[in-house]
Amino acid sequence: MTSSRLRNFTEPALTALLFFIAWELACRIFQIPEFVLPTPLRTIAALFKDWNLIWPNAEQTLITTLIGFCISVVFGMALGILVGSSAFLNRCLSPLLVAFNSVPKVAVVPVLVLWFGIGTVPAVLTAFVLSFFPITVNVAAGVAATDRELIDVLRSLGASRWDVILKAGIPRSLPYFFASLKIAITLAFVGSVIAETVASNNGIGYLMLSASAAFKIPLVFASLLFIGFLGVSMYAITAFLETRLTAWNTHPADQTTFAVGG
Amino acid sequence: MKSIPASRKGANVTPLRSQHPEDLPRDEVRPLIEIDGVSLTYGSEHSSVLALHDFSLKVAKGEFAAIVGPSGCGKSTFLKLASGLRRPTAGTVTVANQTVDKPLKIVGMAFQNAALMPWRTCLENVMLPFEVVQPHRDRRRTDYVLHREKAVALLASVGLADAISRYPAQLSGGMQQRVALCRSLVHEPELLLVDEPFAALDAFTREELWDVLQGLHDQRRFTVVLVTHDLTEAVYLADTVHVLSARPGRIIHSESIAIQRPRAARDRFVPEFANVVLSLRSKIGAVRGHVS
Repeated sequence: MTSSRLRNFTEPALTALLFFIAWELACRIFQIPEFVLPTPLRTIAALFKDWNLIWPNAEQTLITTLIGFCISVVFGMALGILVGSSAFLNRCLSPLLVAFNSVPKVAVVPVLVLWFGIGTVPAVLTAFVLSFFPITVNVAAGVAATDRELIDVLRSLGASRWDVILKAGIPRSLPYFFASLKIAITLAFVGSVIAETVASNNGIGYLMLSASAAFKIPLVFASLLFIGFLGVSMYAITAFLETRLTAWNTHPADQTTFAVGG
Repeated sequence: MKSIPASRKGANVTPLRSQHPEDLPRDEVRPLIEIDGVSLTYGSEHSSVLALHDFSLKVAKGEFAAIVGPSGCGKSTFLKLASGLRRPTAGTVTVANQTVDKPLKIVGMAFQNAALMPWRTCLENVMLPFEVVQPHRDRRRTDYVLHREKAVALLASVGLADAISRYPAQLSGGMQQRVALCRSLVHEPELLLVDEPFAALDAFTREELWDVLQGLHDQRRFTVVLVTHDLTEAVYLADTVHVLSARPGRIIHSESIAIQRPRAARDRFVPEFANVVLSLRSKIGAVRGHVS
């Protein structure tokens, strides 16, 4: 148990290290100029040097991401429960949801800026629109996967529709829900950074844009590296919650998680 | 083959029942389940399947009825009708003197698939009816200890005293099916509807669970309708065995089983038992032959 847990940590860490070594070697062997691709050592140096610049912007991005993500969780779960528990709503809403998801979200940001001005609000909303879809689709799939016979048992006991959702549908959908959170949190980061790049005066997206305009390429990569680190951390937290709260689910590999991007 | 009214056959099996219906209050003699001329059509107008046609059946209070028939003959459909999960296209379903037009609350159901909640322990699974069925539901907080005691006692009576805090995934198929039976009985329903509950189990476990079900029925005297394709199971457990025709399902023969209760494994190996099984087998054989 302990050794397998240790392996779960050491193996990905070693893989990441190998990646950085390969990156470093590639830069040195092919003598890639720093303004094209800085070496990882140079990037990390920039991360420490410009920490006072990176951290306040990263904090801004983290907060907008988390707010957008929280709205996604509430909205995505509610919509998922509705769509998953009613064949009628599923028929009505599915095409609309798919159409909505097909729209590239970058294209939506200018509209959001038009409505809400430059700043935090468009970033939060972009994070939200990008991340709610996987939650909705997965929760709907989970609720719809409720055992028919369990529903019959409940209904024969006099359970109302809402009872069935509450007692069987929602617990059944939790493994799907947590699986989708891991996708949703990374998409929420994508959303807020996209919005910051297009229309914001702070945040990592803005920092990267202004750093590349000033040819501070190591700073651009340091920002990228840090946002990647934040994404992995959030992913790890949701994965931890998943294993703790759905320990009863003995076949986590059985279910498909619907991933989407945009 | 002419159908024999089930209620009369049931009366023969339980001699305590009065021969003079007018001597007793009406609901004492009226069968618990009365199904009269029921048809049920599945699907839309264009591609409909007639599952049951002109289906009539009576099951007396406290009787153990079994329904056997070829696969796909509408056995499970019948259970959905009796529990109110489906409404008939034609005819009437009456249970406990009430026309069934919505899911009943006096039934317990169990299926081939145990259909337990994997996120709940055995005990929590068995406690489920108390959280849903009225009037227990309104008293679920004040009566929690009482409910819990009932659930624990029932689990203990089927040999699961040590498993109450385990999760379904940690139990064998036979144990899961025991939990499902407990869940269907814990709120003391008048009517137990079971759909091939032992079909997925190995032979030894199945025979063990026959005796578990028989024991519970002896103790509590609820009414049972068991749908099965296992003739030995039907004859061993039931007071009356009803044979269904091929689709559209209709009762073509009812046989009351006169073997003394409580029944034990050795009763399954006497010639009388074999004869009953054989005669039912030939009835089903005829139906199947008719289809193919």
